Amino acid sequence: MKTAGSEQRLAVLLPYRPAPTRMSIRIGPLPAAILCFCAVMAASTAWAQTGPTMLSPLQVIVKWSPLLLRGFAFNILISLMAMLLGTIAGLGLGLALLSESRLLAAASWLVTQFFRNAPWLVLLFFVMFLVPFQVTLFKTTIPLPDWIKATVGFALPVMANVAEVVRGAVRSIPSTQWEAAESLSFTRRQTMWLIMLPQCIKRMLPPWMNIYAIVAMSTVLASIVGVSEMLTLTAQVHAAEGGRPELFAPLYGFALLCFFLYCYPINIWTARLERRFRVR
Amino acid sequence: MQAIGDWFQRLYETTGLNFSVFYDAYDWGRYVGGLKMTLLLSITTIVLSLIIGAVGALMQGSPSMLLRLPVNAFVVVFRNTPPLVQLFFFYFGLGTMLPAVEAAGMRVPLLSNVQWAIISLSLFAAAFNVEIFRSGIEAVPRTTIEAAEALGYTRLKAYVHIVLPLAIRVCLPALNNNLVNLLKTTTLAYAIAVPETLYAVKQIWSESQNVFEMMVVLLATYGILVGILVWLMHRWERAMHIPGYAR
Repeated sequence: MKTAGSEQRLAVLLPYRPAPTRMSIRIGPLPAAILCFCAVMAASTAWAQTGPTMLSPLQVIVKWSPLLLRGFAFNILISLMAMLLGTIAGLGLGLALLSESRLLAAASWLVTQFFRNAPWLVLLFFVMFLVPFQVTLFKTTIPLPDWIKATVGFALPVMANVAEVVRGAVRSIPSTQWEAAESLSFTRRQTMWLIMLPQCIKRMLPPWMNIYAIVAMSTVLASIVGVSEMLTLTAQVHAAEGGRPELFAPLYGFALLCFFLYCYPINIWTARLERRFRVR
Repeated sequence: MQAIGDWFQRLYETTGLNFSVFYDAYDWGRYVGGLKMTLLLSITTIVLSLIIGAVGALMQGSPSMLLRLPVNAFVVVFRNTPPLVQLFFFYFGLGTMLPAVEAAGMRVPLLSNVQWAIISLSLFAAAFNVEIFRSGIEAVPRTTIEAAEALGYTRLKAYVHIVLPLAIRVCLPALNNNLVNLLKTTTLAYAIAVPETLYAVKQIWSESQNVFEMMVVLLATYGILVGILVWLMHRWERAMHIPGYAR
């Protein structure tokens, strides 16, 4: 059976045109990363005037990789804790954004805008310099090491971004559901917690994971304010190996590779979830 | 001007809030210098990243595999690595590999830290811009491109005169977001000692011992800068709006 469309076609010979191929092939994550790394290695060894006693860049990285990877694990720990703190606070802030009280909504809007629009590094400085290094609560002194303060510094922008995500997700649910819940005599709080938020989780997941990838990449900022995470350790390793200039590229390349291997799968997974949960 | 300086001087004497930038000419000079550097960084990186993004999106849509592959690799790598590490990689890693040049009797690196910051930040933002432009280009109806082809446009001309103007309108909100992000990311140049606002303000607060006050000034500065950028982008968005197209 012929389709209606093919019958309506005029009997003219259309000019040959290759089928448009747009964005069909994406380079695989691992090949790309390994390719870049190898290129850097090749470039750096070409420059290296390696004497017999000096280690080649690759040997240096292999030698120090346990330390560097421990630094990377610390980065991940900071990012996970910042995300946890930020999500809890952001959920509260997001609900405050949606609150019926004008004053609360306006105040939380101001807080959200403030933390979303300030640069991360500036917020980090803000927390590092203005939070004391120890607090005394009920006569017990709790020390606040710098990495805890850095975690809080990262949690603040996360909070504001998560708040926006929560607000957007709740707003995206058809308003008829609010009316339906009201007619079933749910209170506002019950509607929010029993009806709206469970539906929102699906919509919030992809942007939430996006935020996480950004946080994971931002944790290196902590090195600027003196937390000994991966980038600080990289600089120290470089100094320990005699500060040879040709070592810079491989060492920072290694850091790039670590973050790439961590963040790229998250990104792919996010894109896949986005496609699956697409709201039509 | 004098009245403002006097007022802040009095504020310091009465309340102890030391906004030294507003009455100390030296601090003010440093602050304005930092602000100028931030503006220079933001404007150059915004323009460069838009150009690289547009060219990248054109290459990404091309039928040739050889053109698409490098762009895709570039986007994937630059989107998934921390901008600070990219900056260090460029400045320390590649910067030390480049030959030094002789200038005024001194050996100086071929590219200064400001230039490296501009290159690195533009590339970082451009990776996002490529994706943003691509999403805009995909939203341009296929029929429009066919109509352009029927009128005898070449691929490049159709891209410049028809696809890109329409695509920009579609992706302006996302672009807006990314450019604000870029403006905030210029603070990273602090890490390679580019004297931008954060750097200048940090110098001021470590000499005048007024961390809290300078922090307020710093946050307000970035708040105003972001506000101006958002306002400009919204105006542009409204000016470019075509009735009946994309909302």
